[in-house]
Amino acid sequence: MPLLDMKAVRGGYGDADILQGVSITVAEKEIVVIVGPNGAGKSTAMKAVFGLLNVRGGSIVFDGEDITGWAPNRIVQRGICYVPQVDNVFREMTVHENFEMGGFLRKGDLSAAYERVYELFPDLKAKRRNLAGDLSGGQRQMVAMGRALMLDPKLLLLDEPTAGLSPKYMEQIFQITRDVRDAGVSILLVEQHAKQALAFCDRGYVLATGANRHEGTGQALLADREVAEMFLGG
Amino acid sequence: MTLLDFINFYLVPGIVLGSIYAVGAIGITLVFGILRFAHFAHGDMATLGAFIALALVTAGMDPWTALPLAMAITAGVAIGIDRTFYDYLKARPKIVTVMASLGVALMLRSVVQMLWGVDPTTYVTGIVRPTDYFGILLRPRELYTLTAVVLIVVGLELFLRRSKWGKAMRAMSDNPDLARLSGVDNRKVTMLTWAIVGALTAASGFMLGINTEVESMMGWHLLLPMFAAAILGGVGRVQGAVLGGLIVGIAEELSVFILPAQYKAATAFALLLLILLVRPRGLLNGKVL
Repeated sequence: MPLLDMKAVRGGYGDADILQGVSITVAEKEIVVIVGPNGAGKSTAMKAVFGLLNVRGGSIVFDGEDITGWAPNRIVQRGICYVPQVDNVFREMTVHENFEMGGFLRKGDLSAAYERVYELFPDLKAKRRNLAGDLSGGQRQMVAMGRALMLDPKLLLLDEPTAGLSPKYMEQIFQITRDVRDAGVSILLVEQHAKQALAFCDRGYVLATGANRHEGTGQALLADREVAEMFLGG
Repeated sequence: MTLLDFINFYLVPGIVLGSIYAVGAIGITLVFGILRFAHFAHGDMATLGAFIALALVTAGMDPWTALPLAMAITAGVAIGIDRTFYDYLKARPKIVTVMASLGVALMLRSVVQMLWGVDPTTYVTGIVRPTDYFGILLRPRELYTLTAVVLIVVGLELFLRRSKWGKAMRAMSDNPDLARLSGVDNRKVTMLTWAIVGALTAASGFMLGINTEVESMMGWHLLLPMFAAAILGGVGRVQGAVLGGLIVGIAEELSVFILPAQYKAATAFALLLLILLVRPRGLLNGKVL
């Protein structure tokens, strides 16, 4: 049974349905990427998982429990953390304080959680007292991921983590994503850089106009002519 | 005029007045930063705090002992006002809450006038001679005021920097969506903010009262300099509010060099206009208004 099983989900922010039946599964320790042209509903599909959408059809089952219609704060406690695309750090707080806020809901000693996050992002250890807003884009993305990992989630949702980053940082974020997966966390991410993302993920979904268009392993999708023509630029 | 004269007759009163503005401006900046509206009832909340202290003093307490108690009571009142009025409006555009706070201001003032009347009074009677500290003349109440302000500012900074809920308040001011995603309870942060803001307004009202007099319009007159101080320092910045308060207070006292004394109060207004024109985010780069 997959960790996340999203079946034929329909819904939107207001009354209009942006998602017209999206089905996505994520298995344990799997990296799954959602790609697709602008306006395909990629980020919307991810927000549906996190309870940020009015879901009007279909179901979302996480870890054996139906979480359709749950509020985000309940979903967080159940083990899903979400990293928004923009404004995903506390800019006027230090790196360490960002992590502290990430662990806000956790009781007791957090030192093991801090250690794990600094192990994943060794660059940040020296910058722990710097304000997150003063860091480079790539490092800020690391802070955002670290904050989300403080709650020790089973599933991490990343909304375009490489948007606006240089190729060097993009590669680094992908590497870190793999490291996070190797630490036992499943990952669902939305990506604008389809080619690079499909090359690095385990499985991918191609969405178009709010519905599934293609799915398969990253390699298979890269090899698919129709997918390539659709938006990979040949 | 000698340097000591300048210090004793302009600088010291300016710093005392500025400290009082600072304590009030911190509250304004906290409400602005965390709850995101301009709180027009701030001054009249300070009046209420000053009169609660007056009631305690009338009942036989020493003024400076009455202060912490008055701060605690006003904190409770502030939470109550939020629950009764602002909480109902939180889903509406913020301008509705701003206007409601103006209504709350008028209500608070009327309550004060009904209970205590409109005549000015004082916490203690009699003339107090200042003590000479190497030529600098300070009255005990001025010394206590400055000490209390330092304690309040340091205590608040420590709370915001070190404690879990202080950090939650900063997080809410910094990025409310992300704070909620992290599981910070908005209701608790709001309540905590009002408790702190209520206590701060009472302190500013009391300190203005003990250095001048206690009357029902005192807080209303504090409103403009307090807003000027908060905006001057940068909205959302506690240290900025302190800096802004001191600058406004000192500027008001020094303005008599170039303007007739009755224009003292206009100085804050002139400063406010100047900042909004030249540096709308304030000295310490606060939020955009």
